[in-house]
Amino acid sequence: MSKVVRTGASILSPFIVVFGFYVIVHGHLTPGGGFQGGAVVATAAALVLVAFGREEFGGMLKKSTFSAQESIGLLLFAGAGILGLLAGMPFFANVLANSGLLFGTPVPSGPNPGDMNTAGVIPVMNIAVGVEVWGGLALVLLYMLSRVPAAGGER
Amino acid sequence: MRRWLVFSIFLVWAAGLATIPAFLSFGHPAASDMDTYFIENGQAQAAANNIVTSIVFDFRGFDTLGESVVLFCAVTGVGLVLREMREGEERGDE
Repeated sequence: MSKVVRTGASILSPFIVVFGFYVIVHGHLTPGGGFQGGAVVATAAALVLVAFGREEFGGMLKKSTFSAQESIGLLLFAGAGILGLLAGMPFFANVLANSGLLFGTPVPSGPNPGDMNTAGVIPVMNIAVGVEVWGGLALVLLYMLSRVPAAGGER
Repeated sequence: MRRWLVFSIFLVWAAGLATIPAFLSFGHPAASDMDTYFIENGQAQAAANNIVTSIVFDFRGFDTLGESVVLFCAVTGVGLVLREMREGEERGDE
């Protein structure tokens, strides 16, 4: 791509990644959540891939990294569900809510500004789903880009 | 002739669709037990301010697990079709 597109991508992509992480982590307070934030972070990966190509980011954007990320995210999500079974409650029960431990602060009823340390097991699931969606969408992008002939004429 | 028939059917359909809000009261569902329960007990049971997220990840967590598995299978299918060939391996469709 041209120098204008590459400069714009290198300036904008860190802000896009930070905004995506914000949407993931604040999923239990503001609109958004794991799926939406993962899609935003994958948008930054798409911008970098289109502007620079795969050669300049060979170490950072590898298929094995994103594939492992996707699998780890899904396993974390299922593990957060099994956490309820281990505590002797039903599957996907919210064992951390109102417990005083990690993410266990009780919420007052009615409108309030909210606290990051609430909502029990919901932030854990949000982070797991965000990691999985980011890895999956970036992996689809890499697979589809590997079928496009490069500038040198080889795949 | 056929074009005018299709166009008249479309006009009848659009007129019927446009008159629905005149006869139905918007914002007052007939069965409101479920959403009233969620609005009143979401903050106390799921301890989250965002009621939508508390429904998606707490009351309906098993559904979201299925959604994640669907995404995982879709990415696996894309990787199966578009993977890189090994040495000496030929594509069957070329």
